[in-house]
Amino acid sequence: MSANQTPSAPAPGNDSGLAEVPAAAIGTGEPEPVAAPGILKSIVRRPATIAAGVFLLVLTFIAIFAPALAPYDPDVQNLLLRLRPPNAEHWLGTDDYGRDVLSRLIFGARVSLWAALQAAAVALVLGLPLGMIAGYRGGWVDAILTRIMDALMSAPSLVLAITIVAVLGAGITNAMLAIGLVMAPRFFRVARAGTMDVRHETYIEASIALGCSTLRIAVRHVLPNVLPPIILVISVSLGTAVAAEASLSFLGLGVQAPAASWGSMLSTASSNMRLAPYLVWPPGVMIFLAVLAFTYVGDGVRRALVRTRSGN
Amino acid sequence: MIRYASRRLLAAIPLLFVVPLLVFALIELAPGDPAVVLAGDEPTPERVEAIREELNLNAPVLVRYAMWVGDVLRGDLGTSFLSDQTVIELLTRRMATTMSLVLVAMIFAVVLGATLALVATLRSGGIVDRFVNGLASIAIAIPGFWFGLVLASVFAVGLQMFPAFGYQPLADGFWPWLSHLVLPGIALGLLPAAEVTLQLRSALGQVMKSDYVLNAEAKGLSRSSVVFKHSLKNACIPVVTVLGFRVAEVLAGSVTIEMIYNMPGLGRTAIEAVQGRDIPVLLGFVLFSTTVVVLVNLIVDISYGYFNPKVRS
Repeated sequence: MSANQTPSAPAPGNDSGLAEVPAAAIGTGEPEPVAAPGILKSIVRRPATIAAGVFLLVLTFIAIFAPALAPYDPDVQNLLLRLRPPNAEHWLGTDDYGRDVLSRLIFGARVSLWAALQAAAVALVLGLPLGMIAGYRGGWVDAILTRIMDALMSAPSLVLAITIVAVLGAGITNAMLAIGLVMAPRFFRVARAGTMDVRHETYIEASIALGCSTLRIAVRHVLPNVLPPIILVISVSLGTAVAAEASLSFLGLGVQAPAASWGSMLSTASSNMRLAPYLVWPPGVMIFLAVLAFTYVGDGVRRALVRTRSGN
Repeated sequence: MIRYASRRLLAAIPLLFVVPLLVFALIELAPGDPAVVLAGDEPTPERVEAIREELNLNAPVLVRYAMWVGDVLRGDLGTSFLSDQTVIELLTRRMATTMSLVLVAMIFAVVLGATLALVATLRSGGIVDRFVNGLASIAIAIPGFWFGLVLASVFAVGLQMFPAFGYQPLADGFWPWLSHLVLPGIALGLLPAAEVTLQLRSALGQVMKSDYVLNAEAKGLSRSSVVFKHSLKNACIPVVTVLGFRVAEVLAGSVTIEMIYNMPGLGRTAIEAVQGRDIPVLLGFVLFSTTVVVLVNLIVDISYGYFNPKVRS
């Protein structure tokens, strides 16, 4: 189940996944190769996944080098230039404080991506170990943990996040903590299922008989089985987190003024809809593209996993 | 069947009280004196004391939680910090707006989703099928609240086809009610519509491969007769499940949509409660939305048991 490359080179054009991309439907009618391609190779062969991956890399680059790339300081106000539509100096126009929209969009990428990473990290740190413990121990530990996670999942996620932010106070870190907590059950479920799959395998029983510590068994033998589907959940969760951060910041519960995130920029757009309808587009399109890209990458990982599994 | 249903109901009730427990735990864990924190900026000593009193902050957290659960079981959700209304009064007054919005969104989702899925199935494998599939996959990534903003900006502010903001109760007439709900309903219904399309299309695809459909086709029935008379009913089961599970997300989405369209619904109440740190209202809102979601899931579960006797045991 590792991401190593299999030596046999698969014949070109018989990738079943490609059949669903209209332009690339070049099935040769040959039977599937016996050896399954490695996960990485399989991901790399889907054009949509590549495009999505490249987009996310570019976005990360933009986020990291935002200060060098942004034409203006995103927080500098110029009230003489309020609500100017897109023009030669300000390509995407200016907002209600005369701030450059393009610069805020670039710095917003920073906030949005970093926030998504934080939320996914919180969900991973909570869900993965608890899921492995529940799957490994079973019994009442499993019953209690599963119940709690089910309850977390049964509450509407944004409602729960809003409540947590209300208690902890508005701010991007608290908001991401809330979203991470809400997303933790996904990681829990996958980790628990993956652990239960291998719990009674001979090599685990053998390790126990050899006297390996539970921690060692968990890290060396269980974790490698749990990780591939977890990677899928991480990718999907990053997309969810970008959207959730946008919602919370839009509601004023996430990033605090004057910092820009795509969600808070939409809040500005909402209150200036009559005078500056152009403000609605840039942040919304960026959120949409980022969510779409994470979904496609996740989809690529999922297809690769299914294929590698069925191939083995 | 009744035993199965009642067992599921009993198992669901504890779920309702886990999330509020989390809220209590967070109030306890949050740094600083919760009464002072919750009182907001520059609190008066009376307000701090009132909050301490209202939330029983002098008692240990589990006692407080137990008291709250006891009150809830007696039908008392407490009183709002911001107004003198009881939480139940406040929530019931605001409920009609949100329920209307969710209803319109769900109807939009089912009608549009089912139409697209059926058209795609009738032209299965063709360009229409691919187009519908691609459109729905892309629509899933569109943030609902942004779509709501775009709709408001284009159709309400720009073209002035619909009233931009606010809400008219159904009692004021059907058209004023509906015209205020069209844009927010479409915005909120976009995601479930896309999901219904994808689910129903794939379920129909599965059913169309089954032997009895093959048999119907072999008898020489027309494609539309096969789709409508033989496949649709069976393909609906997974779609109902998905719709049921989406109720939670639609309810959550209504919060942002209500803010955009300035509708006096539950979501707006919740945001006002957050801004005013109105914990009793928030707890009531959380309990209410969790109850709705758990109830809908329960109905889905039970209908599953009805359709498929194997899951009952």
